[in-house]
Parts: sequence; structure tokens; C-alpha cells
Amino acid sequence: MSQRLAPESVPLPRTGRWRSAGLALPLLLFIGAAFLAPLASMLTRSVYDPRVADALPQTLERLGEWDGSGLPGEAVYEAAAREILSARGERTLGQVASSVNRIRSGLRSVLTRSGRKLRGAPDGPKRDFLIGLDPAWGEAETWHAIRSAGERVTFRHYLNALDLDRRPGGQVVRQPEERRIYLPLLWRTLVVSLGITGLCLLLGYPIAYLMANSPPRRANWLLLLVLVPFWTSLLVRTTSWIVLLQTQGVVNDLGVALGLLAEDGRIAMIYNMTGTFVAMTHVLLPFMVLPLYSVMRGIPPVHMSAAASLGASPLRAWRRVYWPQTLPGVGAGSLLVFILAIGYYITPALVGGRTGQLISNMIAYHMQTSLNWGLAAALGGVLLVCVTALYLLYDRLVGIERMRLG
Amino acid sequence: MSSPRSPAERVGRWLFLAFCAAVFVFLVAPILVIVPLSFNAEPYFTFTEGMLRFDSEAYSLRWYRDIFADEKWTRALANSLVIGVSATLLATSLGTLAALGLANSAMPGRRFAMGLLISPMVTPVIISAAGMFFFYSNLGLAQTHLGLILAHAALGTPFVVITVTATLSGFDANLMRAAASLGAGPLRSFRRVQLPLIAPGVFSGALFAFATSFDEVVVVLFLGGLEQRTIPRQMWAGIREQISPTILAVATFLIAFALLLLFTVAWLRRRSGQTPTAA
Amino acid sequence: MSFRGNARALRIAALALLAAAAAGPAPAEEALTVASWGGSYARACAKGYHAPFTAETGIEVRLDDYNGGLAQVRAQVETGNVYWDVIDLEIADAIRGCDEGLLEPVDDLELPAAPDGTPAEEDFYPDTQTECGVGTLFYSTIYAYHPESFSGEKPATLADFFDLEKFPGRRGMRRVPYVNLEFALIADGVPLDQVYATLDTPEGVDRAFRKLDTLKSQIVWWEAGAQPPQMLADREVVMSTAYNGRIFNAQILENQPFVIVWDGQVLDIGQLGIVAGSPNLEAARRFVTFATRTESMLGVARHIAYGPARRSGTPLVSTHQETGVDMRPHMPTTPEHLSRSLQNDWEWWSDNADEMNERFSAWLAR
Repeated sequence: MSQRLAPESVPLPRTGRWRSAGLALPLLLFIGAAFLAPLASMLTRSVYDPRVADALPQTLERLGEWDGSGLPGEAVYEAAAREILSARGERTLGQVASSVNRIRSGLRSVLTRSGRKLRGAPDGPKRDFLIGLDPAWGEAETWHAIRSAGERVTFRHYLNALDLDRRPGGQVVRQPEERRIYLPLLWRTLVVSLGITGLCLLLGYPIAYLMANSPPRRANWLLLLVLVPFWTSLLVRTTSWIVLLQTQGVVNDLGVALGLLAEDGRIAMIYNMTGTFVAMTHVLLPFMVLPLYSVMRGIPPVHMSAAASLGASPLRAWRRVYWPQTLPGVGAGSLLVFILAIGYYITPALVGGRTGQLISNMIAYHMQTSLNWGLAAALGGVLLVCVTALYLLYDRLVGIERMRLG
Repeated sequence: MSSPRSPAERVGRWLFLAFCAAVFVFLVAPILVIVPLSFNAEPYFTFTEGMLRFDSEAYSLRWYRDIFADEKWTRALANSLVIGVSATLLATSLGTLAALGLANSAMPGRRFAMGLLISPMVTPVIISAAGMFFFYSNLGLAQTHLGLILAHAALGTPFVVITVTATLSGFDANLMRAAASLGAGPLRSFRRVQLPLIAPGVFSGALFAFATSFDEVVVVLFLGGLEQRTIPRQMWAGIREQISPTILAVATFLIAFALLLLFTVAWLRRRSGQTPTAA
Repeated sequence: MSFRGNARALRIAALALLAAAAAGPAPAEEALTVASWGGSYARACAKGYHAPFTAETGIEVRLDDYNGGLAQVRAQVETGNVYWDVIDLEIADAIRGCDEGLLEPVDDLELPAAPDGTPAEEDFYPDTQTECGVGTLFYSTIYAYHPESFSGEKPATLADFFDLEKFPGRRGMRRVPYVNLEFALIADGVPLDQVYATLDTPEGVDRAFRKLDTLKSQIVWWEAGAQPPQMLADREVVMSTAYNGRIFNAQILENQPFVIVWDGQVLDIGQLGIVAGSPNLEAARRFVTFATRTESMLGVARHIAYGPARRSGTPLVSTHQETGVDMRPHMPTTPEHLSRSLQNDWEWWSDNADEMNERFSAWLAR
């Protein structure tokens, strides 16, 4: 009976199945080691930080016996003085101070200055000596901060990334209004990405339609026009937008030359959200056009003419007959553009100015400038959850294996 | 398209075509505007009056001379090529091998494996770069060419897997069976029968992987040191810090290079009988 | 297409490239990596004393650019990937970096005497040396404008920088609280000698941020010292805060008509430090010692308008190497520029930098 089946449906022998798995194995191992392991190490960092615990072991152990009200006993001060000094010697005091400072701002300089001055400290009780150095040592909040910084496993960074805070008592509260940064930023990222996706659809749909309904030769030429930006370096395209949109740029010059703009009425179109929006739409548009085009090419034009011959107006025919058939392309393109948009970094960093920054730029800020790596990792974790959810949705609706490249 | 009948439809069609033309201008014009500006004799980013009058004095090759005179750019080019070509070779060989396996729909765990292998393409690059910064630093691979090659290879493999799987889906498995029945071993039949047929797909996958590495800047920012500066890294510094028309000259080169890649891929696709598609 | 032939060629190319990649560029005999501020300043240092250093010692100097702050040093030290040896930094950062163990102590270096034999301790201006940093030059943060941006009256005081009614248009400012808070208070009418006393109170900090609020929508933020002259030349902004030397170089080398407003300038000391764990510690120490020679400082002052940190250097400041312009009237320490100037209080900044940075970035994000 196998004679009658189409040859490709003949199941390969079991060894063939496993051989094909064996062929994929080297790449799986490579991606595991070179890509997934780094992601895992980032996620680990978002919940695990042993640096303070390693630098101040005895202080933390003795702090464990403190009831949290009033001040801890002399034993804690003695251990702290000793371990701060040795951390300074081992050059880890800076890291400890940074971690503690993130929980209670202002403590970095307290710790580093104390480290500097403990070198010549007299023998004797350390409690009065430290409080004499800086009154912060006489505040319970300082010790609470050291205690939480000393937790090896912590969800503090995730709380922080969601604009929440944990009180010393353990209850979780929202950050005060002026310190809520990350959720509004995440929200802004989603809204901007949605806007860009919508704009890409609005611009991409007509040209995909035009291409799909052109004779093959012309369609190929038009396709090349779509692919030129796709292949051109992202940095080149970003540079172009700077050249075009800056205050003394080509667009403003043109506006002034045509008398549309006054010389002092030039519009700021870059280094703000407009810049991010325009440049990102340009970058992502091909990712919308290509899936749309490939779906539209499969729709026979007779459908539209049939609807028209039945007396439907072109708009009505389009809405009832054509649009529903293109929905798979719309879905695939929109999801792809949206996924790429929410993780975008380079374009907003270069043309976004202060107001055009997205969540990725905040991650980069905490990676490179504030060096709050735990928080950067937690923000990355939040973003990764969003992207993974969308990716799974894409797989569900479109199928990853059906992804094609221009 | 059927020819429009009523005047209203004709107007509508003209509006539609005008809109499409505007979108195509939006896609291509920003890139082309850079080219004449890179010949600006003045250190500005805008057209000078002389340029608009086509005054030959207003044009010059000084920014191109700058590129070749500046060791920073020549070294960046060398780094980009070494890293890009090595990453491409790694990505292409592993990716092609994996695609051969993935082409078999009976492969155990195929869908899951495909999901993992494509994930570097959709993961926000800032997350990949951050993770690689931590992980590669621990292994001593930060600030090395090898680290960047591995990182770029990982980012480039999805493109190879996608293009080669696409070519293989049009491959007639009977040819392999025929080769086997004629006594060819699996390796031999792969080399003599399968590889030549999927070669265009492998090549365009390789070009995608190369373009990925050649255009990548975020991982280089996190992982590369002074000795690993690539062209995009140098451009990044230029855009953020010292904007000079030299960047426009480099950009013009990169545009020419992109066109070359684009036409090569289009040509390869025609050879393999595939029509350009994307989904 | 003969694929097999190509495949062989590809394999050979692959091997060659992988070998090349693994080997990397051949390391020079001995080399130092110096992180500096890029652009015309880095070029001035390269000509002024890096090249003579290489000529004398045979040690190659490689330049990397950064925009201030300790973040990159901290990242290198904490991940154990130290690839900078020497860093050109602000004095407040030198103190903080020292406290955090990010910099090597350099207070044991034997600094060279002045050309007339005066010992280094006496020759350096007071407060130019710290435990982990040696001072090399005076620079200042000023603001400059493009004269064609204003048809009538030109800005003349720091208050004018904050006056959007009289002088409308976008302003460039450095994306840090450092110096901007001082500018805000001076413009708001705080007497120069009261600026840090005012900043030391929570109300004073609020006042500075409130003043910055009035400009916020019109500010274009810069990070690299090379950006302000570029933004002014492109007319992206009508005026910008900037380092005085960068504006000077744009004026004389690129014939830009920029005008510097010296009123309320904030005077700073540039220091050199050595990154903790530098793999080339000995060479780095030699380099830092060399940089503090009077001749080295004068070498820099022949290319950019930054004054020597040693008394013996001041009277020897001469002309700009390429254009022959007399450098003395362009130095921030010239008496007429000092009449309304503020000496940066690095102690205040090393104690408060964290808090101010945090508040500043929250303020920016809003």
C-alpha cells in the first residue's frame, strides 16, 4: 500500500528521526551555551546577589539576632567596623556600599567614608565611634538597609522594577508617586510599540496590495525598494533620520525654502518621541510589508472582481472579501513588528533624546551607568516575559517555522 | 487590476497610487539623501547653497580621504571583517546542519527545538547583550575577538536555519532516496546531491548571518574593548559624540554594500527557483 | 558553479580567519590604555605628552574615549576585566573611586620637580592632589552661544542662559547634575560664595531643580565634550554649556564665531588616576609621573586652552601650536575670567554625587 502514497509521506525509519535530531544537536548545544546560558545568568542575577553577604558575614549573622527596633548591640558595631575595614582592604567596600545605597540612598558615602576613617580608629567600643563618624550609624534604618542588602536571594529587584517597595516589616507598598518610573515606562513602551505597529500597517498594507497586484516584473522591482532599507545598516538609517529631521536638517530646510515654516519656527522632530516614532516605523516597515505581500499574492484577484461584478462598491468588496483573507498576514506582520518594537534599543538611544526613551534604554542605563545590575536584570526579566508571551502567541497563530526572510 | 470605471474610482485609484508612491519615498529617500551629502565640502549635515547650484567647488572627496587616512576606521573594518566572517562560518555550518535535521518533520521535539533556535532573533538584543556581558566576563571572553565571534554566531544562526529550512522544504527527498538506492553513503549523497541543490539557500543564509554581525552594535558595546571596535561601533561613537560628515561617507559605503548583498540574495533566490516571500 | 571548488576555498579561508581571530591583532611590545574625554582634548593630550612619553620610554599609548563618571571603571573592576590602565577624571570621581577601591593610590609617586628645581609639593597649586589622583590642569565649564542666533542683544550673564523670554531657543546642557545645579543657583541669584552652602540644604537643592525645571522643555542634553560645539555649529541649540577648551578649538581651528560667556564659570581640576588591578601598573605609574612634568602640562596648553596645575607652568604658557594664537587670554585662570567664577567644591560632590545623580535621573525620566 505504501506504493500508492506520495513519496514524501513515507515515514523515514526511526533511526532517521534520531539522526535528524543528532544533526540539530550541535546547534542546540551551541545556542544553549552561547545564548541561553547568558540569559540564565542574567535572570540569576535578578534574584541572587551574594556580594554583601560575603563581605559582611559576621555583621549579618549578629544582625539576625536584632529585633529590629532600637539600635543593635555593640557586637554588631564591632563586627561591622572590622568587616568594613577588611572590605576596604580587599576592594569590595565599593560594591557593598553601592548595594546598601540602593536600598537607602545616601549610605554609600557613609560606608566609604567610614572605611576611610576606620583605618586609624582607636581601640575600644565601636558603637560610639561609628555614630561619632556619621549620625547615620545611630539610625535603625541604616541597619535595616544593611540587613536587606545582605540577603543572598531576594525579590527586591523585581519589586523595584514594578515600582514597589518592601517595608522593614515585610509589607509591600507602592513607591511614592515621584519615584514610580518603570511601570509608566513599560506602559509607554507598549503604547508606542502599538502605535508604530498601527502606523506600519497603515503604510504597509497599501504597498503590499500594490505589489501583489502588479505584474511580476514590476512587483520584483517594488520588492527591491522595500528590501533596500531592510538590508541597509541600522546605524546608516538612523544617521539619515538625524540628517533629515534635525532643526537645521533637510526637512526643516525644505519647509523654510517652501515658505511653510518661518526661519525661527523650525520644528523639533528629533531627539524626542517624534524622532523615535518616525525612525522606528521606517526600520520596522519591511517586517510588516513582507508577510502581508506573501499572503496577498496567494489571493486570486478574481475574488475582488467577482465581488465587484455582483455590484459591490470597491470599498465594500474590499472589506467583505479581501480584508478577511489578508488577516493571517496582518496578524503575522503586526506581531513581528510589535515584538521587535518593544525590545528596541539603538534607535531610541540615538534619536530619542530625553522623552523618546523606551524600556530597553532604561535597562542599558542600569547596565552601564548606574551599574544596578540586579535591577537591570529584573527589568530584562520583565521584558523577556512580555516578549516570550508574544513569541508563543506568534508560534500559535503563525507558526515559527513559517517565518521567512525577504 | 481591473481598470476603474467611474471618475470617482479613477480619482480613488490615483490617490491610492500617490499614497503608495509616498510610502516608497519614505522607505528609500532617507537612505539616498545621505549619498550626496557625503560629498559636501563643508563640515555640515545639510545641503549648502553651492551644492544646490551644483557648484563643483561645493563638492569634495575630503571625507572619503578621512576614512582611509584614519587608522580607527581601517582597523574597525578589519575587526568587522574578521568577526563577521568567522561568525558567519560558524553560524552557517551549525545552522545548515541543524536545518537538515529540522527538515525532517518526524524529528523528536522538533517544534520546541525550532522555537529555541529562532529565539535569538526575537529576543531584545539589549537582554542578550546584558546576559552575554555577565556570562562571557566570567569565562574571560569579554574584550576578546573570540567572545564576539561566538556572540554574533549565536545571533546569526536563526537566519541560516530559516533560509535553509525554507530551501529544504522545496527539496525532493526522493533524490536522496535515489542516491541511497544507487549505493551512495549518506555523507556522499549529501555532498553530491543535496548540498548543490540547497547551496543558494545556504549562501543567502550566510549573507544574512554576515549582515547581522556586520550591523551589530549593542553586543559590541557591552562585550568589546578598544581592540574589538567594529564599523558599527565606530559609527555609534560618531553619531553620539563626534558627528562629522565622515560618518556619511562610511554610510555611503555601507549602502553600496547593502545593495550588493540585496542583489546577491535576490539572484540566489532566482537560481534556487524560490520566489521572494516572507511571513 | 563549481561548488566543490568553492567549498575548498571556503574551508581554507575559514581556517585562516579562525586562526587570525584566535590570535587577534598582534600585541605591541608594551602598551598602555588611557581613557580620556575624546575629541580635541584627547588629541591635545596625545600631542602634548603621550607622544613624547612614547618617544622617551617606547611604551605605546592607546586612547579610549569616555564621558566621565565611574561606571565603566566600576564595571571593569567588578567583573575582573580591567582593560583601562590610566584614566583622566574629575576630581570628585577620583576621591569616590579611591574610597570604593576602584583606583590605585598614587600619593606615593615621586613627582618631578619644576624646571627651576622647585620641589613638586611646593610647585603644584593647592588642593590639586588627592590620594588616588594627580592634578594636571585647570579647565572650566562655561556656556557659549552662536552670535547669529540672536539679532539684537547678546547673552552676557549666566542668568541670561536661563532667560527664555529674552533669549528664546533650545539650550545644550551636560546630562549630569554636576555643575548644572551650581549654574541654576547662580542664575537664580545665589551669591557665588553661597552656592555650596545653599546646595548643602534640602531647600537649596529643591531650588536648583526648580530653576532647571523652567528650562527643562528647551534643553538638549549632551554627554561628550565634543557635542556642544557641534550642536552650536549645526544650530541645533542657540547656546550650550561646554568645556572652555572645546569652544576655543572650534573658534580657532574651525573658524566658528562662537562666543564664550565667562560669567559664573565653574573652575575644575583635571586629574589622572590608575585603575585598580591595571595589568600594566608600573608603566601606568611612569606615565602618570611623566604627565605631571611642567613640560607635559605646557604641551597640552599648546593645543587646548587648559591651564597647567603647577605654578611653574603658568608664566610659560605660550601660543597655540598650529595657529600661533596667544593662549593666555583664553585660559580659564586668566584674571579677568576669574572675577565671577566658582571653584568646584569636589568634597561636596564626592559626598553627595550619588544622591544627586539619583535625583537627577528621576527628574529627567519624569
